[in-house]
Amino acid sequence: MSSLISLQHVSRTFRQANRIVKAVDNVSLDINEGEIVCLVGESGCGKTTTGKMIAGLLRPTGGEVLFEGKDIWAMGRDFKRYRQAVQIIHQDPYASLNPVHQVSRILSAPLLRHGLVANQAAVPGRLRELLGIVDMTPPEDFLDKYPHQLSGGQRQRVSVARALTVHPRFIVADEAVSMVDVSIRVSLLNMLTRLKNELGVTFLFITHDLALAKYFAWQGRIAVMYLGRLIEVALTPRLVNDPLHPYSKALLSAVPEADPRITRTKQRVQLRSLDVPSLLNLPPGCNFHPRCPLFEPGVCDKVVPELVDMGDGRYVACHVIAK
Amino acid sequence: MSSLFPPETPKPTPKVADTTLTVQNLSVDYVGRRGLVKAVRGVSFDLAHGETLSLIGESGSGKTTLGLTLIRLLPRAARIREGRIVYRRDGDEFDVLALKPGELRQFRWKECAMVFQSALNALNPVLRIAEQFEDTAKAHGTSRTQETSQRALELLRLVKLDPERVLHSYPHELSGGMRQRVLFAMSLLLDPQLIILDEPTTALDILTQRAIIDILRQLRQEMEFSLLFISHDLSLAAELADRVATMYAGAIVEVGDVYETFYRPQHPYTMGLIKAVPTVTGDMQALASISGSPPDLVNLPPGCKFHPRCAYATGRCREEEPILVTVAPGHLAACWYAGQGGVTP
Repeated sequence: MSSLISLQHVSRTFRQANRIVKAVDNVSLDINEGEIVCLVGESGCGKTTTGKMIAGLLRPTGGEVLFEGKDIWAMGRDFKRYRQAVQIIHQDPYASLNPVHQVSRILSAPLLRHGLVANQAAVPGRLRELLGIVDMTPPEDFLDKYPHQLSGGQRQRVSVARALTVHPRFIVADEAVSMVDVSIRVSLLNMLTRLKNELGVTFLFITHDLALAKYFAWQGRIAVMYLGRLIEVALTPRLVNDPLHPYSKALLSAVPEADPRITRTKQRVQLRSLDVPSLLNLPPGCNFHPRCPLFEPGVCDKVVPELVDMGDGRYVACHVIAK
Repeated sequence: MSSLFPPETPKPTPKVADTTLTVQNLSVDYVGRRGLVKAVRGVSFDLAHGETLSLIGESGSGKTTLGLTLIRLLPRAARIREGRIVYRRDGDEFDVLALKPGELRQFRWKECAMVFQSALNALNPVLRIAEQFEDTAKAHGTSRTQETSQRALELLRLVKLDPERVLHSYPHELSGGMRQRVLFAMSLLLDPQLIILDEPTTALDILTQRAIIDILRQLRQEMEFSLLFISHDLSLAAELADRVATMYAGAIVEVGDVYETFYRPQHPYTMGLIKAVPTVTGDMQALASISGSPPDLVNLPPGCKFHPRCAYATGRCREEEPILVTVAPGHLAACWYAGQGGVTP
């Protein structure tokens, strides 16, 4: 089976002063057409860097990002086709929309740039259609607005509409609803789910919020990252209800829940240390070993665990669990 | 403590003896270019001794303004239009809004400490943590350095930090979670009776957030203080609160015991918030957003401020604003149809 997007041993390092920061380390992941994959992890785990590499905004320093089986950085002419097929929605719509352009201009620029409308006269019709898709109706109310005249939720809808101008097949949504108020988050998520169902868009949804990941990717998979590495990948219901990796377990058990009975009676995983290691000075072996309750000396602090197929659709990178 | 500023009107009554804070009909406006921004409108509540009250609501609902008013740290553009804030300690009563500058300085930190959202901005970047503890103590009239550093050590240990290391560090050398814990420790330095936490874990990672929640819970068991906890995150309220107050458009629209509020919410806005938040545990649940967006605080709608977004609004809701009424013991809601079975989630 060929995947729409495939990460093959992808790494990315950054140079900081004279030191090297390994933001993403040997990540492999296949995403099929029509699938929803959630990438979850805490800040600094490399999830945004991974998203940017998939969207072609950052070049990996090791490994390959394949689009329909072809390395995106060795595509030549096809690179433009890939660029249109893969779009990214950023966390902060206020920073990613030009503040001095009206909505109509923000949305028509890519249409005209890529020749996606027959002529200038066809633009208004397409704009109305796009705003309709993101539930901004009637469109006339929004076309002349500047980003600052819109609410946070509306701004994020404009970002989505802008991504849709080029008929993408794959959207990377990087914390796309994190800055939006709780009461309207769900309507944004439902809108994205509709895009997947009706337009067949494939999603990589990047978030630190496990409850959101569960809600959005219930039909898909969740991939958990820790300090640059993928540590567990599984179907969402499996991962949420029966996580394998001690880090996934710790995360899920630590999340406070909006239900007093559940949240006050949950069994918590106790970690050996509260401190997150610095990316500049990562521990040897498994990154998680200094905090891991299952730590076994001699193995965990020596050898980097590979992501192992557990045979039931779950992949886990842990020496102790995979034994 | 009572010697610090003599009580002007000491009248302890048995009924309110164990109430630390009483807020009565408090209204705060900001003077803006477009007119008065009505940030807090007629808020009243009591905070019992040792109790944790969580204020929930979306951004712009007035939570932070209310917190800042309690310690009178409002920006210049703000005006306290009306209301009373009464603080009690050991049978003495103080009118917080009438405190003179010197008294206010003592009230802050010694009686009531506030921990802000951004821990990095709250610490002085060019002073080591030890010096900041000393400064805090000195500014509030405790000059015994030995005693202060002893207390600082204890408190840092209480919030699970390595005191030796942390005291000699500058803020930038500590992680976000460590800085937040330093602030908790510092807020407890002068043994205040009331602590206000404004979004204490918002910028933190899940595991750090968990550590902070556990520390807060432990501190509450080991020390006696009342906690006013401001957060847009319902799950934190579910974790820590004894009671929950929902704010909307500057007013408290519902207040009640945490279990009551989560399992039998009476105000459609509280219901909407609860239905909008997914949980991790359990199967997939149906969620719904609240339609529309929060009102313009300069031009508030007539009647119930929530009616433009409310699925149950009637003619009455569009004309008359409901006030908080008791719908169950200790549970109040400001909705014309609360407690009548007229509104069901």
